Amino acid sequence: MQMLTFATPPVDAGAEALRGEVRRFLADEMPGRTPLQRAASWSGSDPAFSRKMGERGWIGMTWPKRYGGHERSALDRYVVLEEMLAAGAPVGHHWIADRQSGPSILRHGTEAQRQQILPRIAAGACSFCIGMSEPDSGSDLAAARTRAQRVQRGWLANGTKLWTSGAHQADYMILFCRTGATEGDRHGGASQFLVDIEQARGSGLTVRPILDMRGAHHFNEVVIEDLLLPEDALLGREGDGWAQVTAELAFERSSPDRFLSAFALLTEAVRALGPAAPERAAVAVGRLVSHTLALRRLSRSVAGMLQAGKDPALQAALVKDLGNTLEQDTVETVRLLVDAEPSEEDGSPPLAAVLAHLVLTAPSFSLRGGTREILRGIIARGLGLR
Amino acid sequence: MSDPLADSAERLFAAYAGKAVVRAAEHGVFPQSLWDALIRAGFTAALLPEHAGGVGATVAEAMALLRIAAAHAAPIPLAETMLAGWLLAEAGLPVPEGALTVAPVRLRDVLTLRRAEDGWHLTGTASRVPWARDAAAIAVLAEGPDGPTVALLHPDSFTLARRDRNLAGEPRDTITVDTVLAADAAAAPFGPAQLRAAGAAVRTVQIAGALSRALSLSVQYAQIRVQFGRPIGKFQAIQHSLAVMAGQAAAALAAADMATDALAGGLDLLRVGAAKARAGEAASIAAGLAHQAHGAIGFTQEYELHFATRRLWSWRDEFGNEAEWNGVVGRAVLAAGPDGLWPLLTAA
Repeated sequence: MQMLTFATPPVDAGAEALRGEVRRFLADEMPGRTPLQRAASWSGSDPAFSRKMGERGWIGMTWPKRYGGHERSALDRYVVLEEMLAAGAPVGHHWIADRQSGPSILRHGTEAQRQQILPRIAAGACSFCIGMSEPDSGSDLAAARTRAQRVQRGWLANGTKLWTSGAHQADYMILFCRTGATEGDRHGGASQFLVDIEQARGSGLTVRPILDMRGAHHFNEVVIEDLLLPEDALLGREGDGWAQVTAELAFERSSPDRFLSAFALLTEAVRALGPAAPERAAVAVGRLVSHTLALRRLSRSVAGMLQAGKDPALQAALVKDLGNTLEQDTVETVRLLVDAEPSEEDGSPPLAAVLAHLVLTAPSFSLRGGTREILRGIIARGLGLR
Repeated sequence: MSDPLADSAERLFAAYAGKAVVRAAEHGVFPQSLWDALIRAGFTAALLPEHAGGVGATVAEAMALLRIAAAHAAPIPLAETMLAGWLLAEAGLPVPEGALTVAPVRLRDVLTLRRAEDGWHLTGTASRVPWARDAAAIAVLAEGPDGPTVALLHPDSFTLARRDRNLAGEPRDTITVDTVLAADAAAAPFGPAQLRAAGAAVRTVQIAGALSRALSLSVQYAQIRVQFGRPIGKFQAIQHSLAVMAGQAAAALAAADMATDALAGGLDLLRVGAAKARAGEAASIAAGLAHQAHGAIGFTQEYELHFATRRLWSWRDEFGNEAEWNGVVGRAVLAAGPDGLWPLLTAA
């Protein structure tokens, strides 16, 4: 069965040397951060940290040098990503831009768009959010109703985007919306636009916070009313939005943030249990580690396939589904091994705080970036069932 | 699959390991023509270094053959012959021709080797020895006076005390030994833990093969079985079950690759253990889903799904189940501590 082909991850001595460099950087940067802060990982935004990573050349690593990139391999990039995630580094400011928006601009953007935006992303100085979901369009992205209409000097956009993580802090949003007729083709007539959020605020774009059940502000509602987008805001070709967005999702689903979201909790569990933990705990912790090792192998394989110019969208869906299951299993496993009632209140022991954080965020793991059901649908199609 | 070795293995097993052969083997008929074809192709020697009679295949190629054999439920001691040859070669002993196996394979079974006037005196009982009744020789890892020792045992020097089988009908026999061996014994380069790990590695690869077979049978069946006016594979519930199964098949393949790498270099217990445990868990989940997708037909002797699932249910327990190996992994991780955890996982 072709879909189950996962190429052997290439061995790369250079990437391993880079690993040491990243670890030394983290040893300098991370000591002041609490386990709870580490648990937030790529949900935690720290522009100063992102700029330091940019100075090291660890953002936009695979992009051409003329756009501020570093022309490193996908595996070099993978090493940086997984080291950052395992340490719980606050990489949220540049994460989306580095993972998918930048690659999208590199692939579909005009020369001017590339030159204007990519070097800023690579410097860690530019943050993106994803304008896909809407009130009536979540998993069913093709049901999006936000529309941009051609006018003189550009496009006039109207609609509402929902669950837009980080819109209140981002410099840009990539807006997915309708620009043409859709009759008979749900995937036709869509386009993507680069929206300069600072410019758009007050002239048709309003960002409203939506607090999550922890009380944290990641989500937003973005209301767009008669927002004038200039001609050069169009990303890629008019009408190609669906194909572009599908390619973008492959980037979003394959990276190690899809199985390491609960790694901070595993680390704290190992700390709390200690080497003399009962056999039951060793078996349970061992199981989580066994799963992690297998997933890391699959995930590195996907990175290698990307590097080789293949399209591992299906493999990425498999990795994300398995990875999200592991992340959620980690929470349910650890809570039964330790005597800790979860609490994020000030003064809580680190394990209780990290556990609380993950109990309350874990449900999102199998929603964001494609729900479990959507992923399994993609896999079923790969099996030839759809 | 595109490489020539794998292609020729697919053709060989398709030709010689059909359903009738698999069925007959469960009734005690050793598939001699299949075995002879494997020898002609050099597959039984695939894991041997060339100086010990190998055919110049890599460990990865040998394990690919084993995975394909398992996918065909080939009822032959290919894994055991590879394992025994590997053990003998590691110890610097000559590797005899024919079907081989290893002993002991159970944690509590010990074979003891003492010096005798005219060679070595080997005594003890080993249970669940794979294919002992069909083996031309058994490579034993015995407790010797100077530590673990490898010796070669021929059929005239042990008693087949009990003919036992695993759930798939593969021979798992008890042997008793009280014999004087000639000179062929040598200090083992490792102890019982490493032999168990090597056994776990080959079973991991076999699980990946049988699991991929269970998946492809399930997908094919879901595409042709019509209920409520359409193929059951058109129902979302079935699609999602099979998607979960595909995920487990992928995890098992990753585990097989990890086990293969470990077998090729150093036999790191953490990685072998993680691989066997992960594959065992995948086997459990996927076998259940495969039967659920098939309904009653999959439960019959006539239909072939059980050739794969009964092997999965056997192999997951052989050379250490998930609890045993996850325990080994967990102990290593807890000993490494919170700061050593990630470096341990990423060590090459």
